[in-house]
Amino acid sequence: MTNHWVDIKNANVIIVMGGNAAEAHPCGFKWVTEAKAHNQATLVVIDPRFTRSASVADLYAPVRTGTDIAFLGGVINYLLSKDRIQHEYVKSYTNASFLVAEGFTFEDGLFSGYDAGGRKYDRSTWAYQMGPDGYALVDETLQHPRCVFQLMKQHFSRYTPEAVSNICGTPRETFLKVCEIIATTSVPDRTLTFLYALGWTQHSTGSQIIRTAAMVQLLLGNIGMAGGGVNALRGHSNIQGLTDLGLLSDLLPGYLTLPREQETDFKAYLDKRSIKPLRPGQMSYWQNYPKFHVSLMKSWYGAAATKENNFCFDWLPKLDKVYDILQVFELMAQGQLNGYFCQGFNPLAAVPNKAKLVKALSKLKYLVVIDPLATETSCFWENHGEYHDVDSAKISTEVLRLPSTCFAEENGSLTNSGRWLQWHYQGARPPGEAKADTEIMAGIFLKIRELYRKEGGPFPDAIANLTWNYQIPAAPSPEELAMEYNGKALEDLTDPKDPTKVILKKGQQLDGFGQLKDDGSTACGCWIYSGAWTEKGNLMARRDNSDPSGLGNTLNWGFAWPANRRVLYNRASCDTTGKPWDPKRKLVYWDGAKWAGADVPDLKPDAAPADGMGPFIMQAEGVGRLFALDKMAEGPFPEHYEPFETPIDTNPLHPKVISNPAARVFRGDADEFGKGQQYPYAATTYRLTEHFHYWTKHTRLSSIMQPEQFVEIGEELAREKGIRGGDKVRVWSHRGSIKAVAVVTKRIRPLKVNGKTVHHVGIPIHWGFKGVARKGYLANVLTPFVGDANTQTPEFKSFLVNLEKA
Amino acid sequence: MNVTRRRFLKICATGLGSSSVVALGFPVTKAQAEVRAFKLARSSETRNTCPYCSVSCGLIMHSLGDRAKNAESSIFHIEGDPDHPVNRGTLCPKGAGLVDFIHSPNRLKYPEYRAAGSDRWQRISWDEAFARVARWMKDDRDRNFLAKNAAGATVNRWLTTGFLAASASSNEAGYLTHKVIRNLGVLAFDNQARV
Repeated sequence: MTNHWVDIKNANVIIVMGGNAAEAHPCGFKWVTEAKAHNQATLVVIDPRFTRSASVADLYAPVRTGTDIAFLGGVINYLLSKDRIQHEYVKSYTNASFLVAEGFTFEDGLFSGYDAGGRKYDRSTWAYQMGPDGYALVDETLQHPRCVFQLMKQHFSRYTPEAVSNICGTPRETFLKVCEIIATTSVPDRTLTFLYALGWTQHSTGSQIIRTAAMVQLLLGNIGMAGGGVNALRGHSNIQGLTDLGLLSDLLPGYLTLPREQETDFKAYLDKRSIKPLRPGQMSYWQNYPKFHVSLMKSWYGAAATKENNFCFDWLPKLDKVYDILQVFELMAQGQLNGYFCQGFNPLAAVPNKAKLVKALSKLKYLVVIDPLATETSCFWENHGEYHDVDSAKISTEVLRLPSTCFAEENGSLTNSGRWLQWHYQGARPPGEAKADTEIMAGIFLKIRELYRKEGGPFPDAIANLTWNYQIPAAPSPEELAMEYNGKALEDLTDPKDPTKVILKKGQQLDGFGQLKDDGSTACGCWIYSGAWTEKGNLMARRDNSDPSGLGNTLNWGFAWPANRRVLYNRASCDTTGKPWDPKRKLVYWDGAKWAGADVPDLKPDAAPADGMGPFIMQAEGVGRLFALDKMAEGPFPEHYEPFETPIDTNPLHPKVISNPAARVFRGDADEFGKGQQYPYAATTYRLTEHFHYWTKHTRLSSIMQPEQFVEIGEELAREKGIRGGDKVRVWSHRGSIKAVAVVTKRIRPLKVNGKTVHHVGIPIHWGFKGVARKGYLANVLTPFVGDANTQTPEFKSFLVNLEKA
Repeated sequence: MNVTRRRFLKICATGLGSSSVVALGFPVTKAQAEVRAFKLARSSETRNTCPYCSVSCGLIMHSLGDRAKNAESSIFHIEGDPDHPVNRGTLCPKGAGLVDFIHSPNRLKYPEYRAAGSDRWQRISWDEAFARVARWMKDDRDRNFLAKNAAGATVNRWLTTGFLAASASSNEAGYLTHKVIRNLGVLAFDNQARV
């Protein structure tokens, strides 16, 4: 979230799209209710199903799954053609005025530089025109035909209300009503917030959907405002934390990036990431990359990391490509992986196309599962009849299952969706011999280190030298680890303005990432978490819920990254002179000498407004990007591409380019996509308010509330198929088949799309062959093995099925 | 006869047998209901965070036992933390059933091993488990570790073993996991951020 849960109460308009907060995030949704009750907010829900969020909305707009870019593109067209934008914000805080390189084009669904064979783009033309001074050229009148504003206008002019209605199935009048509500927030003192979840991410175009929403918000001047922003309502309690800590193929903690194998030179690696400003006077905060990186290396390798050995740059593994979960299961299915670990992750249920996953896991030599619960993945070799039909004798994978603690049995911090790190405490001992994840990782590591000491082996350096100065080596404490990622001074640190003054003594905890050095005199395991455990103690455990501004920022509750800031880009809540756009929502303001206010200012504290430092300090331009340069795989402007399985078998905007041209599709998987003729119904997976993923089928209460697997269909489709509520139905895709009880509702209505009637089938995901609920099919039996072109998040939300009465 | 709870206890304390309660002239069931203590009155409270979605509601966990070393705590009730600025004491249907997650019959208690082709688990010790995992990993790493690529560049990577990390584990566990796994050279590394 750019903002946070409580901040939703400050919104005037709330759009729930690509999510269903009332059911999936009920206690966060109370802030929507709060905004409606006390801020007269308007709630709009846009979803294929009339969800419980929709049931309390002021306006519900149906939309076909996988067409959100068309819908939001239509909103952009409406705002631009009716001139309902926040002009001063757009001019000063976005790249609308920047001139785009002459070679950049868009024709028939493709941007310049497409390589059809490689399914990827040469992105070199997706760039600004540069002046001789090294800065990007701009036209502040926004009239230049090559400026972002004009190109954007042209790009989205195709997304007329008629085109939107034709693609999305949303009635034209409903769509226009949504546009009008959104446009009311283009004035400086009204804000809109977007609340989304997996309904936006789990598409082959997911990242671009979110980008389109961000563009809408930039045009309306809603980023950085209280009650504004683009807000991801994330799914797991610490998914934000694990992402921040970089537990992904190509990242290091704090969104630092692993080097590619071509990057053999340390200085070049740092220079490439120390992004220089593209406009005069901009902060471009990534210029500090070397400080963050070197401090991480010092944290990991201690005295072994020196200036002379480039702080052990060679010790980091170098990427030849990104090994995301789809790539890894593809390699596993090809027999190229020998070992796999699943720590609190149940991929047999959570990755698409179950048949492929079983085949892949069966080719492993060893599988290690670390989990509090008996997951399907750990039991993939067990036969469970129709729900999981395998022959154990033929599966030669050796499996180890290690019991871990759950939340109630450990101390530690979790990072919520609003970036708050909150500390929790152990209330009981774990059952039997279960151990904390930290102890299990330590146990494995110490044993390996011992083996390398005894036997030697290839490149033992990083293993032998990894800092491990924990009081009990076999059980590093959460407190020690939190202090390690916060960071400390390795030498006395002096005040940059007065070198005689020592601000931190050697060994003391850092106050924040502003103190990091690139010379090896500081250690810090995750720079964005620096400030969480300082000399003042554990700031994540703070419990002062006072809210003096009334905006809900509770600055003394827990710790929010970065720097305890609650609303990102909050400098943009003021005009160019430093005066808040809305005096009632005063997040920060320029007091004549410095930035002050109810939040930690997101700018250099003494940067005078007259100097023109832009509010988007992580960007080289200092402004928000309406044109994404080369940062996205499929283009600098979002474009509507159909899901890989589309019920209309075409793309009304450009029939030759139907689906995302830059999405990676593995050879075998393309053959497993179904066509609309055979599989006429648009299916989408979703979650129920009574269940959490595949966990709560192991808990009694949730299993009593929702004991049995079902699929949801509309009354019209049910009538066509002769299905009554409560009948058993068979649902199948090109990849597999499930049986479930049919729930027939008014919540799913047929949509008119491109001259055709499209029915949706809703498929809740919560059942499997393990648990205390009734056995059911893992829903991923049905889903396609393809992901978003940028993140490789699987397309669970849009695929095709057929169904019949069982 | 009108007997307050306090007076009733007093009567009992002065030595009346339970059979005499009937003689007091009011229904026994009512009296029993009166003396039942509030079930949370003697519990120990621990602050925690709901492990499900990332609203991250504040929790109060109630356990039996006073945290003395010889008293085993057992959590018997969980409710929302009324001081928490986000959930203000509320929990959703999932969170309201959290105590059943802690005590799920499907909680794992011991390390277990399944041999190739077998249809059953066998219980093993942690020492055996760590030794076996380390052996598997080292053998695979020793055989397949790539110090340099075809172009002669140092790449120090190990591609034949992968690791999925848990997005319900704490930041501290996540940080340590990253530190260990990356330094073995693993690139096939992911978490639930994508799903």
